[in-house]
Amino acid sequence: MTPRNSSTKKIATYGMMVALALIMSYIEAQIPALIAVPGMKLGLTNIVVVVALYVFGSKSAMFINIIRILLVSFLFGSATSFAFSITGGMLSTVLMIVLKKTGRFSTIGVSAAGGITHNIGQILVAVLLLHTVAVAWYLPILWISGIVSGIIIGLISGLIASRLPESISK
Amino acid sequence: MQRRPVHSDRMLGMDNSQIKVKKSDIVLIVALLVGFLAMITVLTLTKSGGAYVVVSVDSVEVAAFSLDQDITYEIKGFDGGSNTLIIQDGKAHLEDSSCPDHLCEHMGKIDKVGQSIICLPNRVVVEIRGAGDDKGFDTISS
Ligand SMILES: [Zn+2]
Repeated sequence: MTPRNSSTKKIATYGMMVALALIMSYIEAQIPALIAVPGMKLGLTNIVVVVALYVFGSKSAMFINIIRILLVSFLFGSATSFAFSITGGMLSTVLMIVLKKTGRFSTIGVSAAGGITHNIGQILVAVLLLHTVAVAWYLPILWISGIVSGIIIGLISGLIASRLPESISK
Repeated sequence: MQRRPVHSDRMLGMDNSQIKVKKSDIVLIVALLVGFLAMITVLTLTKSGGAYVVVSVDSVEVAAFSLDQDITYEIKGFDGGSNTLIIQDGKAHLEDSSCPDHLCEHMGKIDKVGQSIICLPNRVVVEIRGAGDDKGFDTISS
């Protein structure tokens, strides 16, 4: 494949990944919170980020997540929700990139750590925004839900990443 | 469909059909679960019955009530929002919130020191404090 073709393909693939992440965000927003805890999410969008991380690499995972958060905030969100998503999203993406680089973790460990960091990021914003540490009471539930959803998301992402045809990542 | 070779470096930790869970994954997840248990233990051991309910709007404490008295209080939240604080039988909860998500109404009834109900859209925090704690409100309003 010529370099020109490959960069066109890259743009198309990234566009598709961003679109998928947007759809996941939208679906997630439609699911009513099972337990009313601020910041608790299933993390469906993280499937796209973890798959991107393992198939396309660190830079694309970061890029796709930043674009996704910007678009979601413009489309459905507010300045407050943007502050929450960008903090949680960046913290978890950076940690997942670092853990993946060690080569010691599968998608499951990487995604579980990412799930927790995402939730902790949201608590941090709540502490800063509301000037209260009272939200720390939500930490255990966000922590455990981060582990559980992280493991599930890691499993799904791992299966998707291992089944994607090689042609898509080249 | 073309399959990826088993030892491709992009495929770290995986083969064609399944995920290879590594020892580090297990160690990490166990450590995270231990962290969870430690957190629960600390919170449970330090939990005590509260005396006051303190209401803050956009980081400013606007009201404080004793948990002993049954009251209904309308909180004027950020940007025209409102919530109704109800104290009944020594427990506090929110009702009739103007926020779009109504999450705050489902956070249950609180009565332990450090517990809180938060309405993010209205920037309202309702927090329980102990008898020995500074009520806060008096110092701020004076
Ligand atoms: Zn609310």
